[in-house]
Amino acid sequence: MELQMGLPLFYFLLLGFAILMYVLLDGFDLGIGILYPWFNTDAEHDHLMRSISHVWDGNETWLVFGGVILFGAFPLAYASIASLLYLPIMLMLIGLIFRGVAFEYRFKSHTSKVWWNRAFAIGSSLAAFCQGLMLGVLVQGVDADSVASSSLQWLTPFSLFTGLAVMAGYALLGCTYLTMKSRGDIQQKAARYGQRLLLFVMLAMLLVSLFTLYQQPEIRERWFGGAHSLILMLLPLMAILAARLLYRDLGRVQRQFAAEAEISIRHESRPFWLAASLFLLAFAGLVAGLFPYLLPHQISFYAAAAPDSSLSFMLPGILIFLPLILAYTLWGYHIFRGKVEDYEEGY
Amino acid sequence: MELDAALLSRLQFAFTVSFHIIFPSITIGLATLIAIWEGLWLKTGNPVYLQLAKFWIKPFAITFGMGVVSGIVLSYEFGTNFSEFSRITGAVLGPLMAYEVLTAFFLEAGFLGIMLFGWQRVGPKLHFMATVVVAVGTWISAFWIIAANSWMHTPAGHIIVDGVFQVQSWWQVVFNPSMPYRLAHMLLAAFITGTFVVLATSAWQLRHSEHKNMARKGLSMTLWLALILTPLQAYVGDLHGLNVKEHQPVKLAAMEGIWAEREAGAPLLLFAIPDRVAEKNHFEIGIPKLASLILTHDPDGELMGLKAVPADERPNVAVVFFSFRIMVGIGVLMILVAFTGAFLRWRGSLYQSRWFLTACSYLAPSGILAVLAGWYVVEVGRQPWLVYGLVRTIDVVSPLPAERVLFSLTLFVLTYSLLFGVYLYFMRKLIRKGPPPLEKLSQQLIGVKASGYAVALAKQIKPEQEQH
Repeated sequence: MELQMGLPLFYFLLLGFAILMYVLLDGFDLGIGILYPWFNTDAEHDHLMRSISHVWDGNETWLVFGGVILFGAFPLAYASIASLLYLPIMLMLIGLIFRGVAFEYRFKSHTSKVWWNRAFAIGSSLAAFCQGLMLGVLVQGVDADSVASSSLQWLTPFSLFTGLAVMAGYALLGCTYLTMKSRGDIQQKAARYGQRLLLFVMLAMLLVSLFTLYQQPEIRERWFGGAHSLILMLLPLMAILAARLLYRDLGRVQRQFAAEAEISIRHESRPFWLAASLFLLAFAGLVAGLFPYLLPHQISFYAAAAPDSSLSFMLPGILIFLPLILAYTLWGYHIFRGKVEDYEEGY
Repeated sequence: MELDAALLSRLQFAFTVSFHIIFPSITIGLATLIAIWEGLWLKTGNPVYLQLAKFWIKPFAITFGMGVVSGIVLSYEFGTNFSEFSRITGAVLGPLMAYEVLTAFFLEAGFLGIMLFGWQRVGPKLHFMATVVVAVGTWISAFWIIAANSWMHTPAGHIIVDGVFQVQSWWQVVFNPSMPYRLAHMLLAAFITGTFVVLATSAWQLRHSEHKNMARKGLSMTLWLALILTPLQAYVGDLHGLNVKEHQPVKLAAMEGIWAEREAGAPLLLFAIPDRVAEKNHFEIGIPKLASLILTHDPDGELMGLKAVPADERPNVAVVFFSFRIMVGIGVLMILVAFTGAFLRWRGSLYQSRWFLTACSYLAPSGILAVLAGWYVVEVGRQPWLVYGLVRTIDVVSPLPAERVLFSLTLFVLTYSLLFGVYLYFMRKLIRKGPPPLEKLSQQLIGVKASGYAVALAKQIKPEQEQH
């Protein structure tokens, strides 16, 4: 019994890890696509693209990983969720296609460059928006019969709002990444936009939390019923603390620049990690509310789990390869460390 | 007209997977060639090899990018369009794809960044390693996806509990009866596809007297490769065909256009028009007894025909029949080219033979066409089954409203048509632009982190320039 519950739980946590990795990693590079229209010159656009052209592919692989873990470990949930969210998934894929090929073609184009700029910005924004939409559906839940009839029930004001909120969140991550990887004007712009986006993201998180607590008694019960709610309360408190530090760091980067002082490396790179921890805390809060469901109040992870023969077959692969993947991914980032201007253009 | 969601879903999958397979077929071969050239450059110091690697890395990069973005679509389409299929086979196919992501996708993506952008950031040996890892990653990826696909043709190692597949033996699932043949056939096909893309381009460059040193090296190498790979492929394809005869006799009957329940001394049909309604062929042109001889090693051997199964268990015969002939026809053409090339080389007139170079330069898409035709034989030949003999395609399609699938299918057709045009445009542009000149290669390689590397290269290249 222990083991029977243990394996599905492991995969539930693994799925959470994959989604979190995806959101953090592709989050910052989708975010740069969302920010793209706010940068004007060709040189700025070159800089933005070059800051992520060596990592976007690896970042997007986490999306595929999340998909196949859902497929292999929770086939029932994969089948239901994917066909329920048919349109947002398809639109997200189209968005990802356009922004993905823009990396390759933009640097090789002359006359069509402006179109690749558009493909990159619109594709990134569309993909992020659709992901936010899907998040909204997961938070809000759907009627039991809509899974089978694949209705348009996911299209609500709430899910549209979460779509925008996720776009803002990704853009914030993008700003903090640019603060770390740039100098001068681009860095200043990123820090400035980052501060404004942070305010919007915090407000959106507050609204989504309040709405969810108001709308869903089970989640309200979990957050406010019993002693464990004290531990859960740490999540919003830590989020507020992280946001405050983040706002201050971004402000310092601007003040140091204005005073023509050397910008300290700590204040340049800490915002990214603070923004990432904001995402982590929000994600933890989300999981705390939804556990043990993959699709709220309908499909729990243990009901959807594949037989043990499949779960244990994947286990050695995950235990061996996931640490390796993390190691060489980290190594890849290490090789391209430092500011974008410091490495040559490429191949 | 009533729209049929099931048909639209199948069309969409066929369209998106056909589009996708073009790019991995090229990159598997091309990554391997680039790794070979980079290795030869390190070993011999001959800068022509570096030039080849540097020239082909750009077409490789855009092809790889197209493969990545069109591949992500597929990993979600199982669930979006074939939800019932995902539910009942997820425990078998999901883990195979999870292994593909864990052992191949991350590997390719992780080292691709270094392969494309890391020339100045890492030393030459480390860069070579990154290229090799990307190439090996493409093979591993093929291994897992072919295992999953082959299981759908020759399912093994599973039990069915409450209508859901569970695995009893993973060894039997992965190495199911058709898997080794299909893997060998597909990997060879991919190597040949990449080889012919390079062969055709090199021939075109020679024909136009551009970049002669590089083009000669490219043509010479790929012709040797073609001479080994294409006959080998014919042999492996034959083995694969025998495997089909054993496990999917109906598909084989469709490939050969055999209708009678059992036919002794079946002819090898060169041409015919199969007629599903009349259950016979029109305008047959064939070589008597040859099909029986090839497939049973006996001119009077018996083969099973389409009428041995009910009409609703037969695939679309015409598609399978013609696709098979297109694939084999292209294969024969490739073998002829490889041998003609060898003959001209022996005569010493390979690089001057304008007609041969012109003919070769038209063969750039030959591998891709053969791969597509081959996959139509395989996949259409399996119909009406999705998992052969166990799951009918029509029973496991998502219950989606037809308009929604029509909408996404339209989007994919528009997007992919546009992107395919763009891809061809940029491939042409990159190929016309040619390789970076040797002098520039040395400048490019001088980076902040790799001074020793750059100096070593500059030393190698100098004597080469003085010769000119």
